[in-house]
Amino acid sequence: MTTSPWLRRGEVVPLERREFVKRMAATGLLLAIGLNSVSCARGDDADDPAARNDPHLWLKIGDDGVVTIVVHRSEMGQGIRTGLAMALADELEADWSTVRIEQAIGDAKYGSQNTDGSSSIRNDAWMPLRHAGASARRMLETAAAAEWGVPVGEVKGVNGEVVHAASNRKASYGSLAKKASALPVPTDVPLKTPDQYRFIGKTVASLDLNAMITGKAKFAQDMSMPGMRIAVIARPPVYGSKVENFDAAAALAVPGVVKVVEVPSSPISSGYKPLGGVAVIATGTWAAIEGRRKLDITWSASPNDSYDSVEYRKELEASVRAPGNLVRTLGDADAAIAGAAKKVTAEYYIPHLAHAPMEPPAALASFANGKCEVWACTQDPQSAQGTVAGILDIKPDRVTVNVTFLGGAFGRKSKPDFAAEAAWLSKEIAAPVKVVWTREDDLQNGYPHTISMQRLEAGLDANGKIVGWTHRIASPPIGSTFELNQDFHSEGELALGITDMPYAIPNVRVEVCKAPAHSRIGWYRSVSNIPHAFAVGCFMDELAQAAGKDPVAFLIESLGGDRVIDMTATGAVKKVDNYGASWANHPNDTARHRRVLETVARESGWGTALPHGEGRGVAVHRSFLTYVACVVRVKVVSDGTVSVPRVDIAMDCGYAVHPDRVRSQCEGAVVMGLSNTMLSELTYARGRVVQTNLADYKVMRMAGAPKEIRVHLVASGGPIGGVGEPGVPPVGAAFANAVAAAGRARVRTLPRVG
Amino acid sequence: MRLTVNGETREYTGDPAQPLLWYLRDELALTGTKFGCGISACGACTVHVDGAPVTACVTPMSTLDGKTVVTIEGLSEAGDHPVQKAWADANVPQCGYCQSGQIMAAAALLKRKPRPTERDIDDAMTGVICRCGTYTRIREAIRRAAGLEATAAGGR
Repeated sequence: MTTSPWLRRGEVVPLERREFVKRMAATGLLLAIGLNSVSCARGDDADDPAARNDPHLWLKIGDDGVVTIVVHRSEMGQGIRTGLAMALADELEADWSTVRIEQAIGDAKYGSQNTDGSSSIRNDAWMPLRHAGASARRMLETAAAAEWGVPVGEVKGVNGEVVHAASNRKASYGSLAKKASALPVPTDVPLKTPDQYRFIGKTVASLDLNAMITGKAKFAQDMSMPGMRIAVIARPPVYGSKVENFDAAAALAVPGVVKVVEVPSSPISSGYKPLGGVAVIATGTWAAIEGRRKLDITWSASPNDSYDSVEYRKELEASVRAPGNLVRTLGDADAAIAGAAKKVTAEYYIPHLAHAPMEPPAALASFANGKCEVWACTQDPQSAQGTVAGILDIKPDRVTVNVTFLGGAFGRKSKPDFAAEAAWLSKEIAAPVKVVWTREDDLQNGYPHTISMQRLEAGLDANGKIVGWTHRIASPPIGSTFELNQDFHSEGELALGITDMPYAIPNVRVEVCKAPAHSRIGWYRSVSNIPHAFAVGCFMDELAQAAGKDPVAFLIESLGGDRVIDMTATGAVKKVDNYGASWANHPNDTARHRRVLETVARESGWGTALPHGEGRGVAVHRSFLTYVACVVRVKVVSDGTVSVPRVDIAMDCGYAVHPDRVRSQCEGAVVMGLSNTMLSELTYARGRVVQTNLADYKVMRMAGAPKEIRVHLVASGGPIGGVGEPGVPPVGAAFANAVAAAGRARVRTLPRVG
Repeated sequence: MRLTVNGETREYTGDPAQPLLWYLRDELALTGTKFGCGISACGACTVHVDGAPVTACVTPMSTLDGKTVVTIEGLSEAGDHPVQKAWADANVPQCGYCQSGQIMAAAALLKRKPRPTERDIDDAMTGVICRCGTYTRIREAIRRAAGLEATAAGGR
């Protein structure tokens, strides 16, 4: 097939943007992604976003009619490749059977490619693809109209053809593409209204489905190229440790092992940089793994050598039992609680969690002639590009990052340390190198989710209304991975469920308490919303019980009526972030909280009788601009073993662009939320991760998963919110509250094993 | 030694301790069989050896002389095995990484037990982890492939 020049490789990005990206990469400020400077990385870019509406950036139409859509976000199970293609194809009026996907390399011209923060569609992130599709359709229509000598207003692009109804003429997009691509790009083409959508909002077969069920989908672990070597790396078992000396003789004796190389370590606050260690390079993966087993390495001492996460819990407890730094104060919480009719206090603990994507991290890199090409399962090819360039000390434009399929990611694969390892080794041994992380590596050298302790205290008046509320949290922040002396939960982390809490409580105080990190800390699907939604969701249930009220009714009552919360009047010490969006465009709307609660209550049979030993629990949480309520039903047998026969989950993401994939994300969020709550725990002893593999790091399996997960999409017509993460946060509290409803002790420590 | 992989006879002269997984992936480029744990804890590498589901990551080559191995690439020529069709109908995969193992485990189950009970499904599938959490759809797809009535469990 010949391809018309729809895809212009020219530079369309103003200098400021490139400078900005470079600066972020150079300083490690990409930690902003999940957090404080969210707005930088999430659509409110400093450059002109209109440049990204250009169809030449996103679209190729071959003269055979094949429509190739460039997708700039990473596929990790959320269906984004199909979702973004649907958006462009719909506006283009493409014939879906002709649509193909090309995965974009990392390039700032696409805007943010950071597939993180449930951000690929929401907050107008999908609009450039829609505009590109609409403009391209108009260009095709214009080309056809010119050919036929009729006004452009008389022709119409429909399902892969331009049609002139009056003369019954038709021309395929393929036949028009070359002429159309030379036309100026119109910038004023109106987008479709929802009633005109053909793909958006409908269920479309995933374009990657066949590859995934036939084993053809290529993940980073599957990549190979001629002359490639496999590297398996022994990394420091304790964060901050490095190689003191090593003996490679036994490893080198393993047939297939060709070289053993020391990888330089990075000091604490290593960010995206490799941890260092000793790499065993071999002709095959098995030889590399066997060779690594035979290494004899002496590791240096680390300040984290004594880290014991079970003991550390006591430190966190002491921390939240004393005043911390004030981050939000409204009224006088202490006085209100002191004068309340009833007072409730509770503490909630969540251990470290590991992402454990089914595909352990992997990257193939080939360095030659001052240039490096990388194939990686990365959530952000631009940060991978910056990190690789940094480690090789070459300019980012000398680094090409190709994005493979990601076998799960959950935030782990936002951190490109594994790509940097491959690049460094390829340069070092002057051959293409694929770095294979084993499961042990993934669990023991990852970027675990933070450990946390929270203490909540509230007072109820005689009518069972909350009059005062204090919330303290001690939890090592993500920022500690990037900067020294970061010992407090950041404002960005607090905005994930604490400072944006929706309940109408007149007296509120929130404090952060000290919690130094002893490992790398990373963001994990839904980030700090996990502990925050757990604590707030459980505590609201405890308060409902203390007030003698039905939990659903109590939650709705506590929302204080339908209203848009004035987020400048919550008493927050600093401006509360809104997932990078403005509060004006994406308000914190209690009516949307209420509607998801009412929906999930109705659909789950809330309030109807259950057999003895069963219970239902409810929780509601807004995150990533989306509202989710969840009802978990548990069954507890006499020995205390809990199972979950059914979960109902109601999501209001404003508008579901690909409803089936929104449902599947909710289903998956329920399973991951239950893993987090019932099974998973990453512990440290003597500075080392205790768990070694999926036999002792537990995640949900078929037999323990709910037999029924019912997803209820609430079509509110509100602004579009995120989908990948918001399902997770309320699941934990709903589970814990169900256990209490079944007559068992309240769950305040996770996981609730057994 | 000699074995059959997806219908082709293969000679193997390498390390007899090497697990089948790495022979398939590194030497035959059959990368549909996935590496997830290396200790038979996740099932991502499930293949059929003489028709039975086996985790390739802990199956040494030395045990495979004269055996017949079928991987996801050999399950059907056109990706239209009844289990694959049911998988497509239920739109099961999310990231897709574990799906080869899931499909191979399900195909082996249905061969052995064409009308499995819920318990049979739990037993046959619980060794294959899906971190994306596609379990309700996997269950639905197996029931479809078995011609059993769909449950309400599919989430839709």
